[in-house]
Amino acid sequence: MSNRTLPAWIDIGLIPLINICLAFIVSAGIIMLIGESPVEAVQVMLFGAFGYGEGIGYTLYYATNFIFTGLAVAVAFHAGLFNIGGEGQAYLGGLGVGLVCLMLDSWLPWWALLPFAIVAGGLFGAAWAYIPAYLQAYRGSHIVITTIMFNFIASALMVYLLVNVLIEPGSMSPQTRSIAEGATLPYMYQVFAAFGIEIEQSPLNVSLILALLACVLVWLLIWHTRWGYAIRMIGFNEKAAVYSGINTRRTIVISMCISGALAAMVGINEVMGAQQRVLLEFVAGAGFTGIAVSLMGRNHPLGIIAASVLFGALYQGGAELSFEISTITRDLVVVIQGLVILFCGALAYMLKPTLEKLFLRYTLSKATRQDSLKEEAQS
Amino acid sequence: MNDVLLMLVSILDSTIRVSTPLILCAMAGVFSERSGIVDIGLEGKMLAGAFAAAATAAVTGSAWLGLGCAIIVSVGMALLHGFACITHRGNQVVSGLAINILASGLTVTLGIAWFAQGGQTPQLSGDARFAALEFPGAAAVADVPVIGAIYSELLSGHNLLVYLALLAVPLTWWVIFRSRFGLRLRAVGENPQAVDTAGISVAWLRYRAVMCAGILCGIAGTYLSTAQNAAFLKDMSAGKGYIALAALIFGKWHPKAALFACLLFGFLEALSVRLQGVQLPVIGEVPVQLMQALPYVLTVILLAGFIGKAIAPKAIGIPYNKER
Repeated sequence: MSNRTLPAWIDIGLIPLINICLAFIVSAGIIMLIGESPVEAVQVMLFGAFGYGEGIGYTLYYATNFIFTGLAVAVAFHAGLFNIGGEGQAYLGGLGVGLVCLMLDSWLPWWALLPFAIVAGGLFGAAWAYIPAYLQAYRGSHIVITTIMFNFIASALMVYLLVNVLIEPGSMSPQTRSIAEGATLPYMYQVFAAFGIEIEQSPLNVSLILALLACVLVWLLIWHTRWGYAIRMIGFNEKAAVYSGINTRRTIVISMCISGALAAMVGINEVMGAQQRVLLEFVAGAGFTGIAVSLMGRNHPLGIIAASVLFGALYQGGAELSFEISTITRDLVVVIQGLVILFCGALAYMLKPTLEKLFLRYTLSKATRQDSLKEEAQS
Repeated sequence: MNDVLLMLVSILDSTIRVSTPLILCAMAGVFSERSGIVDIGLEGKMLAGAFAAAATAAVTGSAWLGLGCAIIVSVGMALLHGFACITHRGNQVVSGLAINILASGLTVTLGIAWFAQGGQTPQLSGDARFAALEFPGAAAVADVPVIGAIYSELLSGHNLLVYLALLAVPLTWWVIFRSRFGLRLRAVGENPQAVDTAGISVAWLRYRAVMCAGILCGIAGTYLSTAQNAAFLKDMSAGKGYIALAALIFGKWHPKAALFACLLFGFLEALSVRLQGVQLPVIGEVPVQLMQALPYVLTVILLAGFIGKAIAPKAIGIPYNKER
């Protein structure tokens, strides 16, 4: 590990900022490469994401998913584990949410159903994370590989279940029946309307509140509980954790289960909120976006919220962009996502040596100047 | 009897066709991972190669130029991976993932901008594709029982890249286990300090390893878009890079075993197409999805230590830090 020669504000403030800027500069270069104006693209995206009520609604609706998956990746990261399986865990979590909702929706209103849905979804997501975690902790297989495999297994399993088992009888497309009206989560515009405030319609629903609550809980868990201490200690130095008496195997399994359960909450937003049924591929890459969000937000809930809103804006703005400029589609957002992962994740320390050198030169020159001033004063 | 033989030959025939990109990518993985660099970016490099090959072939009309371009692009992405993980000691999994996502987005974005066909490239024909090679006398012996069918259907009639993939396996084996470069490459994946002490550059060795991986992934991509299909399609690699990664692990990072793993996974895919809607005795219809998930399930079971033990190169995934 390198010595700490840089002050904190450069290390956790300036370097990530420069990295994000680099990702956006390269993105702008790509937009120029395909013959469009980056300035215009940014304008369209910003207006699409924040310019009017519906756009803001969609931005926050996407952000809700990314907060959940970002937190999921972050919890695993704190334990030194890389959970690429958010996609599969969210998919299975959605199945759990959907099954409970379809079973109980004729008896219970949404507020009574929600705790059951959270528990069921969380259990399904945690179970899907448990197997890779168990294999990592007790059988020594690598979590990255097993979680990748489990994404594909989840995808195949869900196609099978939706096509053969859960499909609405008589329906052509592989999806379940709709959840009964009173049992779905209220949309935010309905909540606001109840207080007499009119906002534009969008799929944004009360899961956003759940997502913010999850941020607080994760913050408490990681920095203010004994479990969180054990999780962080394993992430810093697994051997030291073993010597200090922490049961690392159990902690690894627990942190992965928490991670899986958090990813599964995407199911609450999508299945119980926006789509109101279980359908194919409803996760739509949110699990992978969670990795970018977590890297960008430096695994801290506050950073994750900020990065989620940014990515929500990119998704919504990207949709708008594809309407406005015919040569650009939402795949551009995928490119930006890849660049953010590259610069904020893989190349995170690219600039550190350079900045260290610059900073050292600056402090040295300041020190020598002060020394010479002192000498002058003495003479 | 003859019907059964013909069906078997046709399943094995499609097994070879489906396995080709898997074999090439798995060999790419052998180079990269044996040198200690985790390569989950096989998928992205293959996809980028597929796009480069189809785009170049569509513009120039030459499949060979397409192949060259695919290799250049794929090696470029491999160098990016190397730049992040070798020079800057970044997280190798994160870097590989970034490459996959970048390739998935960039190919479609550029495809739409250049060809305006919703992310596809124009249909290729003639010299812009790698055509099937007929072995001498294949037509003549086709009527000979058993041997004729095997020779003319199974062995003959594939395109050049298929044979190249089969050739890549002994070549990889030779380079890794019989050449000086291979000895050093394996050493750097097990104990980079020792290699460094011997006065050999760890970084340069690993860079050469990822470049080898880039070349092989480029060929795999070319196969997808100019040989197996006649155009680039959005996300056409469809998880094949990950299946190759699974095959690499299933083959315990050994070229020969990885070849058999690729053929096994290819066979499962060919079989699943054949078994669609067929009622088997006793078990009934086998769901396609089960066959699709089987490679991943098998790999997880292997990793769990139930079928032998897969031991990864010791220094895999750990960035080498010289100044300690």
